[in-house]
Amino acid sequence: MSLLLPEAGLVFWMLIAFGIVFLILRKYGFPAITSMIDERRKFIDDALRSAKEANEKLAAIEEQGRAILDNAREEQTRILREAAATREQLIKEAHARAEIETGKMLAETRRIIEQEKKEALDDIRAQVAELSLGIAEKIVRKELAGDESQREYAGKLLDEAITERENRQ
Amino acid sequence: MKCLLTILCSLMLLFHGNTAMAASHGQSGGSVDVKKIIFEHVKDSYEWHIATVGGTHVSIPLPLIVYSERTGWEVFSSAVFHEQDEYKGFRISRTGDYEGKLVESDAMGNEKRPILDISITKTVLSVFLNCILLVAIVLCTARWYRRRKPGDAAPGGFVGVMEMIITMVVDDLIKPNIGKNYRRYVPYLLTAFFFIFLSNLMGLVPIFPGGANVTGNIAVTFVLAFCTFIAVNVFGNREYYKEVFWPDVPTWLKFPLPLMPVIELFGVFVKPFALTIRLFANILAGHAVLLAFVSLIFITMAVNEYIGSAMTVVSVMFTVFMNFLELLVAFIQAFVFTMLSAVFIGLSQPEHHGS
Repeated sequence: MSLLLPEAGLVFWMLIAFGIVFLILRKYGFPAITSMIDERRKFIDDALRSAKEANEKLAAIEEQGRAILDNAREEQTRILREAAATREQLIKEAHARAEIETGKMLAETRRIIEQEKKEALDDIRAQVAELSLGIAEKIVRKELAGDESQREYAGKLLDEAITERENRQ
Repeated sequence: MKCLLTILCSLMLLFHGNTAMAASHGQSGGSVDVKKIIFEHVKDSYEWHIATVGGTHVSIPLPLIVYSERTGWEVFSSAVFHEQDEYKGFRISRTGDYEGKLVESDAMGNEKRPILDISITKTVLSVFLNCILLVAIVLCTARWYRRRKPGDAAPGGFVGVMEMIITMVVDDLIKPNIGKNYRRYVPYLLTAFFFIFLSNLMGLVPIFPGGANVTGNIAVTFVLAFCTFIAVNVFGNREYYKEVFWPDVPTWLKFPLPLMPVIELFGVFVKPFALTIRLFANILAGHAVLLAFVSLIFITMAVNEYIGSAMTVVSVMFTVFMNFLELLVAFIQAFVFTMLSAVFIGLSQPEHHGS
């Protein structure tokens, strides 16, 4: 039965030894370890949390960038469309102006041509009258002396002849 | 690791074999007294027997410190009993209630124990060695942590194992069982856990610094349980004492006959008693079974050499198996002691009802 009875001397030494060990470890041993483990746990938690925050921030920034890009793209299409419209208009205007200018020039040219033609016709008429007179003079010199009434008659005949020709045309 | 275990096991066999052989030499007729072998091992002794080589006992003599009303304080080495049976009226009893203990004779000629016997016995020395080892291990681990910052890499190797065990004990045993005030009890429970675990493991090492039956000695487990008792009852809050002396039961159960308070008060002392017996009995049984398996060889060998040889193989296999089992038990018992201590401490910190 002595196995079941605690021996006083052993209890005494065990109390002392275990007490000393407990005091040493309580002061220098376990708190250092457990507090460091707790701190490390906190450190890891903090690191994880800040990493998550950074990720969220990054996502927000990316979102923002995408929004800016979208805006820029819209702006670009708008500007391009406007430019195209402006170009069209410019071309149209230029066309219009060119047409007007051409019209003007054509009218001027026509007028000059008309004038030239008229001048040329007058000239030709004068020359033809002169030539006709010359011819008629030569033909009738013998029988007719140079007479004013006859020259008028010849002019009248020439006018008729020209009018007939114009009517024919 | 496996290789190491094999070596340990074979050394253990060798050692126990020597013990058994030595015991068998002392027996007449060649029969083996297994009970004697086992009891010699599991009980405390005044010298540390290491081996018996060629009939010579190799043992470490230990100092005896006694106080007797006859002689006063006496300090002497246990080696004196190698030469003579009696020294200054003290002798080691061979039979009776005090078998193996230091006794003196009273006036009637009967054996009686001296008033105080605080000798450094085998178990005491083993406790000291285990304590030194424990302090060294924990302080080395603590030094690693002191030299680092929280942001540094986690430890590997031995410190990593220590951290793993400490984290396991704190997070799985202490925190859930005690509750929000757990921090105050962490150093005590960790000290108890590592002391028991280390002592259990050292008890499985068959050669000198180990092999002693420390946690299988009721005085050691009694002290451990007593510390838990103090942790529970000294730091218990008002709610706890109200539950003990004026529990929440119908009044006729506590007045005029204090039925429930008596039961509760009984429970206060039963709890550490259960702790004491559980650890003591488990480790004692482990040592006894291991020795019994080894002794099996010598019993059968004494009957018949052929059966003995065959039995050796079986016995060695059983012993190896038991050693592995004891490694498991070493951990489980430390775990259970710490867990129950934490549970009892947690019971002494009840939360306010209705909160």
